[in-house]
Amino acid sequence: MTAPIDSDARIQEYAHPERLVTTQWLAQHLGDEGIVVVESDEDVLLYETGHIPGAVKIDWHTDLNDPEIREYIDGDQFAELLSSKGISKDTTIVLYGDKNNWWAAYAAWVFTIYGHEDVRLLDGGRGKWIAEGRELTTDVPAPTPGTYPVATRDDVTFRIFKDDVQKHIGSGPLVDIRSFPEYTGERLHIPDYPEEGVLRGGHIPTARNVPWATAVAEDGTYKPRAELEAIYQAGGLGLTNDDAIVTYCRIGERSSHTWFALHFLLGLDNVKNYDGSWTEWGNAVRVPIVKGEEAGALV
Amino acid sequence: MTPPATAAELPPVLAEIREDFLALPERDRPQLLLEFSRELPELPDRFKFAPGLLERVEECQSPVRAFAEVADDNTVHLYATAPLEAPTTRGFASILVQGIAGLSPHQVLAIPDDYPSWLGLDRAISPLRLRGMAGILSRTKRQVREQISA
Repeated sequence: MTAPIDSDARIQEYAHPERLVTTQWLAQHLGDEGIVVVESDEDVLLYETGHIPGAVKIDWHTDLNDPEIREYIDGDQFAELLSSKGISKDTTIVLYGDKNNWWAAYAAWVFTIYGHEDVRLLDGGRGKWIAEGRELTTDVPAPTPGTYPVATRDDVTFRIFKDDVQKHIGSGPLVDIRSFPEYTGERLHIPDYPEEGVLRGGHIPTARNVPWATAVAEDGTYKPRAELEAIYQAGGLGLTNDDAIVTYCRIGERSSHTWFALHFLLGLDNVKNYDGSWTEWGNAVRVPIVKGEEAGALV
Repeated sequence: MTPPATAAELPPVLAEIREDFLALPERDRPQLLLEFSRELPELPDRFKFAPGLLERVEECQSPVRAFAEVADDNTVHLYATAPLEAPTTRGFASILVQGIAGLSPHQVLAIPDDYPSWLGLDRAISPLRLRGMAGILSRTKRQVREQISA
């Protein structure tokens, strides 16, 4: 069963309006059969302080990552995790979270590479829901286990690894979505996250800098399609559907937010998120970097 | 000043907090941290209205501000603030505010720098978040050091 698409006019303009829902849509569909709301936050305790009624919690760090290697959990574990949250293969998943949906978008990307069909983001995330005075609860649901089949992760269509990023330099656009001082190399981290620093500051040669926040309005919702086009397509970065596009940030979560906009909202087919991102690239041996404001070229 | 080598030498409240965490099964420990986050006291008015007095702790993932004060009676008090939407940070700040209250400067300086990792939260809370708490502690110590040497 697939939940109805949000009929909001702004949402309808996007290339894939079935991927984004407004707070109003969610309020109307809370509790509908076949929809599971998932909260995914940066702060591990935030869900416990109050969440959207019926929402289950998935922690990007402890739930989605393998504890031993820098990789996501395997297909069996993914199936077990989603089943335990009451999710089946045909469930409509609505994701939301703190910090403008950074981690919710990251989870949406992980769910997508695992082939979950109906993944949607709550536009504006947790912040907008709360700002509108909508209901929160501390009741933790005990979902009836779903029947999720063993999942297969697709590491090719929307994901890219370091060696292929290196080959990509000079052949396709790279979008660096970190803050400007991180891009130039003046800072090795975003202001609040020094512990995820790296040895060298700068960016991947040829990458253009468009900080993730450029894509959102003041209330945390994605900007209307025409504005996104002006930023990323004609008049902006000039990205077209012929481009093989790579997004990256520091660990892959903010770039998931932009990946979501490029692929689902603007409909660009070939967009890959480099989840190794700057924490890998800036520390890796024998990979080139560029410092300063210029995109730079492969030398 | 040598930091305590064993938990038995920790200041009493910090030792007690550690025991409370370790007494719980690992999966229940975040809940206790959440309770601490709710207990973070409001700032006294003199800090509330002069936020410049509180130093930004850059190591934390969320905006936290903290200021340690050595009072005339030679006791230390830590004042901290963090937004409600950052309960992990509030919890860490609250543990330190409670654990440090009334200690002497030398007792504060003797708190092990890795005290956050003594709470058994490493698997529930990612290491980088625990480092934020270590950041609050190291700043507290520096502020205490600056005041006793002044």
